[in-house]
Amino acid sequence: MKLRTLLLGAVAATAFAPAAFAERGSDGDVKVLYWQAVSIMNPYLSSGTKDIEASSMVIEPLGRFNETGAMVPWLVDEIPTVTNGGVSADLTSITWKIKDGLTWSDGSAFTAEDVKFTADYCMDPDGGCQQLAKFDGVSSIEVLDPLTVKVTFERAMPNPYGPFMGAESPILQKAQFENCTGANAPTCSTENFYPVGTGPFVVEDFRPNDVITFKANDKFRDPAKPAFATMTLKGGGDVTSAARAVLETAEFDYAWNLQLAPDVLNSIAEGGKGQTVSAFGTLVERLEMNLTNPSAELPAETRATVAEPHPFLSDIRVRKALSMAIDRELLVEVGYGRAGRPTCNLVPAPAMFASDNTECFTQDLEGAKALLEEAGYVDSDGDGVREKDGVKLAILYQTSTNAVRQDFQLLIKDWWRQIGVETELRNIEGAVFFGGDPGSPDTFQKFYADVEMYANNFAGTDPQPYLAMYRCGNEPKPSSQWLGANINRYCDPEYDKLIDELGQTGELEKRAELAKKMNEMLTKESYTIVPLVDRGRVSAHSNSLGGVILNTWDSELWNVADWHRVK
Amino acid sequence: MLTFAIRRLVLTVPTLLFISFVIFMLLQLAPGDPMAQVPLTVPDEVKQKMREALGLGEPPLIQYAKWLKQMFWIEPKVLIDWMTRESALFGWLPDTNLYQGELRVLSWQTRSPVMDIIVQRIPQTLWVVGLSYIVGILIALPIGIYSAYRQYSVFDQAGTFITMIGFSIPPFFTGPLLIVVFSVQLGWFPSIYDTTHVVNDWDSFVFQLRQMILPVLVLALQTTAQISRYMRGAMLDNLRQDYVRTARAKGLSEAVVVMVHVLRNSMIPVVTVIALGVPSIFGGAIITESVFKVNGIGQLLITWLFANDLPGIMTLTFIFAALILLFNLIADILYGILDPRIRYD
Amino acid sequence: MTDAPPPIQALQDKVPSAPPRSQWLDVWSQFRKHSGAMVGAGFLVFITLFVLVGPYIWTLDAQALNMRARDIRPIYTALWDSGAKVDWAHPLGSDNLGRDGLSQLIAGGRSSLAVGWAAMVLTLVIGTTVGVLSGFVRKLDGPLMRLTDLFLSLPILPLLLVAVTFFRQPLRAAFGPEGGMFVLIVTVVALTSWMPTARIVRGDILALKEREFVLAARSIGTRPLHIILRHLLPNVLSPIMVSATLGLATAIITESALSFLGVGFPSDFPTWGKMLADAVPRMEDFPERVLLPGVAISLTVLAVNYLGDGLRDALDPRTRGR
Repeated sequence: MKLRTLLLGAVAATAFAPAAFAERGSDGDVKVLYWQAVSIMNPYLSSGTKDIEASSMVIEPLGRFNETGAMVPWLVDEIPTVTNGGVSADLTSITWKIKDGLTWSDGSAFTAEDVKFTADYCMDPDGGCQQLAKFDGVSSIEVLDPLTVKVTFERAMPNPYGPFMGAESPILQKAQFENCTGANAPTCSTENFYPVGTGPFVVEDFRPNDVITFKANDKFRDPAKPAFATMTLKGGGDVTSAARAVLETAEFDYAWNLQLAPDVLNSIAEGGKGQTVSAFGTLVERLEMNLTNPSAELPAETRATVAEPHPFLSDIRVRKALSMAIDRELLVEVGYGRAGRPTCNLVPAPAMFASDNTECFTQDLEGAKALLEEAGYVDSDGDGVREKDGVKLAILYQTSTNAVRQDFQLLIKDWWRQIGVETELRNIEGAVFFGGDPGSPDTFQKFYADVEMYANNFAGTDPQPYLAMYRCGNEPKPSSQWLGANINRYCDPEYDKLIDELGQTGELEKRAELAKKMNEMLTKESYTIVPLVDRGRVSAHSNSLGGVILNTWDSELWNVADWHRVK
Repeated sequence: MLTFAIRRLVLTVPTLLFISFVIFMLLQLAPGDPMAQVPLTVPDEVKQKMREALGLGEPPLIQYAKWLKQMFWIEPKVLIDWMTRESALFGWLPDTNLYQGELRVLSWQTRSPVMDIIVQRIPQTLWVVGLSYIVGILIALPIGIYSAYRQYSVFDQAGTFITMIGFSIPPFFTGPLLIVVFSVQLGWFPSIYDTTHVVNDWDSFVFQLRQMILPVLVLALQTTAQISRYMRGAMLDNLRQDYVRTARAKGLSEAVVVMVHVLRNSMIPVVTVIALGVPSIFGGAIITESVFKVNGIGQLLITWLFANDLPGIMTLTFIFAALILLFNLIADILYGILDPRIRYD
Repeated sequence: MTDAPPPIQALQDKVPSAPPRSQWLDVWSQFRKHSGAMVGAGFLVFITLFVLVGPYIWTLDAQALNMRARDIRPIYTALWDSGAKVDWAHPLGSDNLGRDGLSQLIAGGRSSLAVGWAAMVLTLVIGTTVGVLSGFVRKLDGPLMRLTDLFLSLPILPLLLVAVTFFRQPLRAAFGPEGGMFVLIVTVVALTSWMPTARIVRGDILALKEREFVLAARSIGTRPLHIILRHLLPNVLSPIMVSATLGLATAIITESALSFLGVGFPSDFPTWGKMLADAVPRMEDFPERVLLPGVAISLTVLAVNYLGDGLRDALDPRTRGR
């Protein structure tokens, strides 16, 4: 959440700049580089970050999260709360009041009908909407008057800010998308490429997976914005060359998500043509411990299911020892630099939900060894690997293919070797690892390994759905086609009770307390999940681009209307 | 030869059908999921609904049949409509309007017709990959011929050295190396290819040349190395044959002996290699295209492969297979022309 | 007048000046005269010894991390940059995790050369067999060439993923994690790269089998297998040699691409191709990390190329004794 920039000057420039450049389109062209190319401009049909962020410049939600994670009104005058009466006292409905005088880029008026249509569009059962989770629990949407819309939920929603909040659920124009609902949704390629929006830019030319040209929206609500007349959003390539194009050659003004080893990024940043910006969100790189036995000798029906507990990872002392052997500070130094910080928490932010647990920061190899001794694991045959009752501490450790993750694998393998644990490494191509293909043995859900590493976060600022994933029975298993979010096969009735309690609690302090407790149950009390690094986002912009405020809670391009040329 | 060509062309149809079926089944078998790139924050039930919306729940054979119909019945209608409406060649014909809004082959990732995207990608692929192939051949043939003619001369040794090193260093290294030297240090050429650039006057042509030069260099190095090695080897074999001595003995000039007699007889392996390479122009150059962000067909294929966009991959590989069959047929016909003794019937 | 006329000089039997030499001796003496081939062979022997015996002389473990000794430059950088961080304990420097450059080069060479040679030989065997059969046996030409077309058009990535899904576990059980991967990589590389060789060999065979010497061999009743082995194969040696050199380079590079997809060796298992790929982002600050494996690959490929040149010259009776 803390915003750090190389040159504080850029921040200062941001604060005073808008007044200085008070003319729309006076700053010419701005070039943005996304190393993952944009495929579509409709976030309801593709939830890839690149697609959501590109479309966020054209279509907008009613409210956004700012760089601190706080909600800011966007197309409304204020964020509805219980205090201002926008949210009903029983938390079952929320009423949005739209700003007066908003128009779409085609000149027609923006009304509550459009908002209602957007919800219907996504909730159509045949549409395959990718943001359906945003509309979870919605029972009806009513248009009270042309500028007021009321969302009613089936049950009390402690967090009613799912629909129409954040870059994932922007408002579509009813007139444009009317014939694109349900099964027709995917066939409307023109509509999906050239949406009519309220944002600062409109799409002029869309080339899928390649380049998009935008021009300033002349109906945009602030007559002085955007400062740029056109924008080019180029996609494709690799991270290193994207960083070079901004920091070394200044061919482009902005490069998105530069996940590079810190020494590489620093060396490129010495080019001096631009600067990097970083910010933190809720993304945590973690080790997941498999509580079930993934042995290939087991029949397919019981392999890696709750029927077969893990031969040694089901012992908490082994899991704790594995965690103690890790030097998180070093991992950050090698892999993320300024874009990472050590963490012991599954929920690292927002601050009120984050537990103050820091005991894992110090590496303790001797303590880990002692713990393994205590658990009865000793190296009796002198091969450097501990064993007990013929069970060797031999771990298969898998992750997706990614240079930083492979470095982490090597470092962690080395530490585990020092405490007498043998590790075999495996890296799997991301499209297979994160794909839910039940036929593949290599998906992270199937977890045919002892330990796996990846990063996950939660959308927005409310961790409830995230923590609810670890419910008993929610684990991937053959009967559910290996779908399910409880990757570790964790099961604790106490925890389930807390999930239910969290679902009924509206009071923020109480919610935070519950979330902290649940976070600790999963991490420092059971070592089921071993968090490693709280991962931030690093992007880069050229020295001549002003107004950039990196935001990890919403689209990175959330304030593109304020971007301007520094002269 | 004509009957041979016709018979082979007719045989191409069942072959292509068979190949497309094998590719389809391979894609079905391969692990992977179009939802793999969807963030983990999206719940599994939503992903399952999205898969169903893509038609993934249907049995594979039905999916295949649908693809066949879209590819061979609906897409040609769109093509004919386009030809009679917009192309210069058939524009005078009345508009046909055969296409009535049926479902075309749609990409899962972009939700737009696959063929439209492919057509959009062809210019940059031809400019960069096609040109580099021609440049590569034009450099490789003289190098191969002269190195063989003056075997073990300084030219031959230097040529061997450079081409072999060029071939053994992969483009994922030469590409960034050229960017560091020519874009970062010297600042002569852009490191990012602008696919929206339109050539309409001298200045824009120069710009096009400047942005093409680095990727063309990287690709031409590989082509040159490969073809010149085969050319040299085949020339060496033939230069030692008895007919060369005979030709020289009857007083033919060296130029005629080498460039007519020997060259023609040495072309068979070279023609094979060149014909094998032409379809891969269309296939694009995956690594080089993404290093320089040329975003041609190679980049499209790799993006779709990682996104598991089955209709897209299926259509691209099918076109690719058709080109392979076509050019291998052309190579077979060329064999007969180069060496009339070769008979197929 | 009874003297027999003196024998005409020209009709006198020549007495052989030296005992007859075997064909292979001739080949060897011709090969020895080819300086390029000798240098190439010498280098191959050297690099093979380097990777086989090297670990016993330079005993640092290639996989051992040493965070205190990372990013060390090779010893020679001290020649022009006295401030460079060099250490005699790591004569070729160390990488960003402190793994020793020299022992990585040795261990990487071991796996790269093993994969390269095995995949190349397998590629040549499949390619040549298919090419010769379809060129020589008319009935097989159609089916075999359509099979080649099929393999040429299969998309490689899904093919690899299918291979991993079905064969990794059984191979791992049979040969261990690294051995199983080795078998899988070699097979996959060979299966996806034999087609050009097959088409080139077939093209040459189509032309060769119509030549007079084949007709002559056939008319004295030589069996087809014998014609292939004695008359056709030696004449297609030249494109096969080129395929071999190019194939070796391709195999070494492809292996590194495979490990990106999780098809390759585990990530702590060094190979030249992987060292090269990992070092590309840091090539400005640490050029040696790309140069060392890059030069090793290039020199090996060059050596094989010269060796192939020499072999072809030595096996061709027309050049022999020239």
